[in-house]
Amino acid sequence: MLAHRPIRALCLASALTLTSASAATPSPLAGALRELREVAAEGKGNVPASAAWKRVAAADAKAVPVILAAMDGANDYALNWLRAAAETIAQREAAAGRALPVAELRKFLADVKHHPKARRFAYELIGRAEPATARALLPGFINDPGNELRREAVQERVDAAAKDVATDKAAAIAGLRSALGYSREADQVDDIAKRLTDLGEKVDLQAAFGWVTRWKLIGPFDNTGGAGFEKAFAPERSIDLAAEADGKNAKVRWVDLVTKSDYGLIDFNQPFTGLKEVTGYAYAEFWSDKARAAQVRIGTDNGWKLWVNGKFLFGREEYHRNTEVDQYRVPVELKAGSNTFLVKCTQNEQVEDWTKTWQFQLRVTDDLGTPIVPTK
Amino acid sequence: MKLPSLGLACLLALSARADDWTQFRGPAGNGIATGPKLPTKLDTGSVTWAVDLPGRGLSSPVIIGDRVFVTASSGARQDRLHVLCFNLADGSLRWERQFWATGRTMTHEKISAATPSPASDGRRIFAIFSSNDCAALDLDGDLLWYRGLGRDYPNASNSLGMSSSLVVAEGVLVAQVENDSESFTAGLDAATGLNRWKIDRPKKANWTSPSLLKGADGRTLVALQSSKGVAVVEPATGKTVWSYDDGASTVPSTTVSDGKLYVPSQGLTVLEPAATGQPPKQLWRSSQMRPGTSSPLVLGDRVFTMNDGGILSCADATDGKRLWQLRLKGPFSATPVSAGGFLYCVNEKGLVQVVDPSKPDGVVVSELDLAQAVIGTPSIAAGSLFVRSDGKLWRIGRDSAL
Repeated sequence: MLAHRPIRALCLASALTLTSASAATPSPLAGALRELREVAAEGKGNVPASAAWKRVAAADAKAVPVILAAMDGANDYALNWLRAAAETIAQREAAAGRALPVAELRKFLADVKHHPKARRFAYELIGRAEPATARALLPGFINDPGNELRREAVQERVDAAAKDVATDKAAAIAGLRSALGYSREADQVDDIAKRLTDLGEKVDLQAAFGWVTRWKLIGPFDNTGGAGFEKAFAPERSIDLAAEADGKNAKVRWVDLVTKSDYGLIDFNQPFTGLKEVTGYAYAEFWSDKARAAQVRIGTDNGWKLWVNGKFLFGREEYHRNTEVDQYRVPVELKAGSNTFLVKCTQNEQVEDWTKTWQFQLRVTDDLGTPIVPTK
Repeated sequence: MKLPSLGLACLLALSARADDWTQFRGPAGNGIATGPKLPTKLDTGSVTWAVDLPGRGLSSPVIIGDRVFVTASSGARQDRLHVLCFNLADGSLRWERQFWATGRTMTHEKISAATPSPASDGRRIFAIFSSNDCAALDLDGDLLWYRGLGRDYPNASNSLGMSSSLVVAEGVLVAQVENDSESFTAGLDAATGLNRWKIDRPKKANWTSPSLLKGADGRTLVALQSSKGVAVVEPATGKTVWSYDDGASTVPSTTVSDGKLYVPSQGLTVLEPAATGQPPKQLWRSSQMRPGTSSPLVLGDRVFTMNDGGILSCADATDGKRLWQLRLKGPFSATPVSAGGFLYCVNEKGLVQVVDPSKPDGVVVSELDLAQAVIGTPSIAAGSLFVRSDGKLWRIGRDSAL
């Protein structure tokens, strides 16, 4: 999990006001909530936050929507301080037999401008107080901007389709097709696709995931002893798709690769055969019709580095431990027009069968996981 | 000043007791309980209580006074991190806190984000997860501080999951965050969570846990095991006191007993620390005693190791000569623990096997089938064995008075 961009940045200004959820009066907790929101990396702000937390957690149930609202625009450290305070209040109130402000929580939940995690927590609190109310609300989250609520609503539709299979196959397929359209989480997309395939349906997994499929590849460069991971070979200095470069054993040139893989795998072993202790590069252009925030999501069990529009964003030197779709999520700012992706993919010295893979998969999505496909 | 008597009583009640099980493999990190004996003839009637857990986990329960603390993780991406506190007497939930993981939660399917065990100094519970999120709470669940070490240091992760448990010594929480990329061990101030120190460590995935030992001057030291060997550091500074550099396993952890280190290295290697700064003396080494996933256990003059298949090996702790082997029903990941001279071994299928190692060749004296996969090491306190699976927590043993 590398995506750090605070979600709902637009809510920041209103959240800093820290008004009560029902009126525009400043909350008596405003100062303490501000302390909690100011925690940062490496424990910065922990000491004042620890004292502030006790003041917030000592509040009564009416404070819970206010605390949830303070999550808008908060960083991930602060979210946990805030959640723990709201949770403490909720459990104390429940133990004392006092009710949570369900109406306020419902109002909060309905406002999709609030932080998705805060809204999901509000939903849980509603569910604890009024399980039937929460169940009735769930289908309405099928197109929610928050992953967890949306996932549960999609899963409810999948589960309903699964019940239909034996009695009404057409309804089951329709339900699954609908669920597939709303699903944004890779494992859930995969599960729905498999269910559809089992029912004889064709699923375009490439489209469902939105892989970047057309690449230029060059290699092999050296990675003997792992030294290639930090060494800047020719493609890191400049991209010239027509030029030769000095490879590991000979001159190397860019070659085309268009993957047909359902999972968008860009396999360096295809053009360059099963080599070890080597480095490869993949280059693609990606057209965006507007400047926008996005995530580049990568899966690989090789060493890798990513540059977008010539700027290095992230890299990781880990070999053959494990891989999955959306293994790494890198926040990017796409510009309008052509954007360039350069991926470095290094292969190590291990010889076991399961270490032969030299590949990656890459897709571009919004924060929710909705595939962003190139517009040209 | 007059102290509120109730507050003082609570404070005393919540202070660490000799019978508390404060961390992975107990307060001494050797897997041996010194409190009331456990029953040795286990059957279904031995289960005092069993409760459902809201998520997965391998971490060992921590028991402080009348409370049992357990971590768990849930959610499609295992990114809900739970810290739970149960009442020892009846297993009722006292409180629960949840956190959202700020680091990567991807793990091998066999484990989960709640693989590392929490630790306690008797007043606070420190919980760490595979995502390298670390929370400090008091025993009533009040949040004291929070760190997202996987967020602070974004290349500190392992795609198979992290499992190193915490230890706390001299007011410092030692977190081994060792992996193939951004590999380090940190000493966090137990009161604030701030870095007291952070040292680079070998860039190699490492699932072992730190072990506590006493230095020549009686001060507590921490042994950090890795693929390179063992580095013994001061908890207050992270400064290396001495090291052993002949390589070591990255799965089972070092066990300290009677001042000696039983290191899963070249099989099993036993080290005796020398004067400060000097290399340790190697007492013996045995390839026959190579442990699997489970860590070694030393009971008196006997050392025990378990391979993944369930072969329990017993050797003379003084010279490493193997004395006997006993085939238990495997496979095994959990480390055996001991009370009253008996070994309590829980296999991956949830079968608790009680071994009397004083008998020639060892004898299984009873079995209890919990019928759920158990990967994590059990804990012992209050005359009971505490076992957790992905879905349940059991207290096995008598309902002792507190």
